[in-house]
Amino acid sequence: MIPPVLFELAAQFFVLSLLSIGGANAVIPEIHLRAVEIHRWMTDEDFAQLFALSQAAPGPNVLIVGLVGWKVAGVLGGVVAMLAMSGPSSVLTYGVAHAWERWRDAAWRIAIQRGLAPVTVGLILSSGYILVRTADHTWMAYAITAATLLFSLSTRLHPLWLLAVAAVLGGSGLV
Amino acid sequence: MDDGIAPPPAVSTSALFVGFLKIGLSGFGGVMPFARRMIVEQQRWLSELEFLDVLSLSQFLPGPNIVNVSVIIGRRFQGVTGAVAALAGILLMPLVIVLALATLYTHFAHIEAVRGSCNGVSASASGLIVATALKLARPLKASAWQVAVCAVAFVGIALLRVPLLWLLAGLCPVSIAIAWHTRR
Repeated sequence: MIPPVLFELAAQFFVLSLLSIGGANAVIPEIHLRAVEIHRWMTDEDFAQLFALSQAAPGPNVLIVGLVGWKVAGVLGGVVAMLAMSGPSSVLTYGVAHAWERWRDAAWRIAIQRGLAPVTVGLILSSGYILVRTADHTWMAYAITAATLLFSLSTRLHPLWLLAVAAVLGGSGLV
Repeated sequence: MDDGIAPPPAVSTSALFVGFLKIGLSGFGGVMPFARRMIVEQQRWLSELEFLDVLSLSQFLPGPNIVNVSVIIGRRFQGVTGAVAALAGILLMPLVIVLALATLYTHFAHIEAVRGSCNGVSASASGLIVATALKLARPLKASAWQVAVCAVAFVGIALLRVPLLWLLAGLCPVSIAIAWHTRR
């Protein structure tokens, strides 16, 4: 007997896979909307913690999806969510890759790309906003967010250093 | 420098799996810079220009960008088996590690310092995402309509919490139409 929640997870991320123009970072607000506000699978705090874990582990940004699935239905949930998020878009990409090479200089293709670029940026900016809203509850947390933003815009420092400093500050009870 | 003139190198299915496995394990908070370094500089599977082409396709299609990159490159060298091998390589170990980390976390979440560290990391990681968005926004500044489209997407998703499907269905056709009419 397969638990119904696995089907629900698969259905949710199947749809998100095909909506995730701009990658995993662009659909964080939608994942939050579905997981926290619509299905009430977790609280804001849970979501912020899963996001932190996904960033603290090596690997692509899409790991947040595996963690949401894990939170809802354990390890199997994590695997199902990840497959559902990666499968449909991968099949589409596989099918389109050839046509893309053929039409790489076509005017309509360039127009689509130029049209989608600002949408993507708006979506990722929204992700940042939603994450700051769910993650930051103290002035120190806001300060860490702001400092990370400044450092990563103005230096070439590896992001892992910023995360490490933030972890130490948080671990010593300052956040 | 040979950009697309040399015949493509032969890359086996197992090399694709191992290569993407290494990429998956090498980056924190996104692996694309590591992917470029390995694919272009170390293994020389693709030239710089070919990689940029693959990257722009993977960003334009739905799906996690690095997942799309793995599918396109896997397909190019070994068809379906190559795509599956590269995809498995990029996702397998990071998923195992992050689920192990999450399980560990639940065992130690009652410790104040562990929760505190997690709060610190999520505050910092949020800043990283905002920084990513602002870096991507830089080239848009030149055209007012792109700034406007970006603003509409932000207000719709972040402030009004419009479902993504509605926003994409409403905004993408408009944005693409403007891009078409302003083409040079």
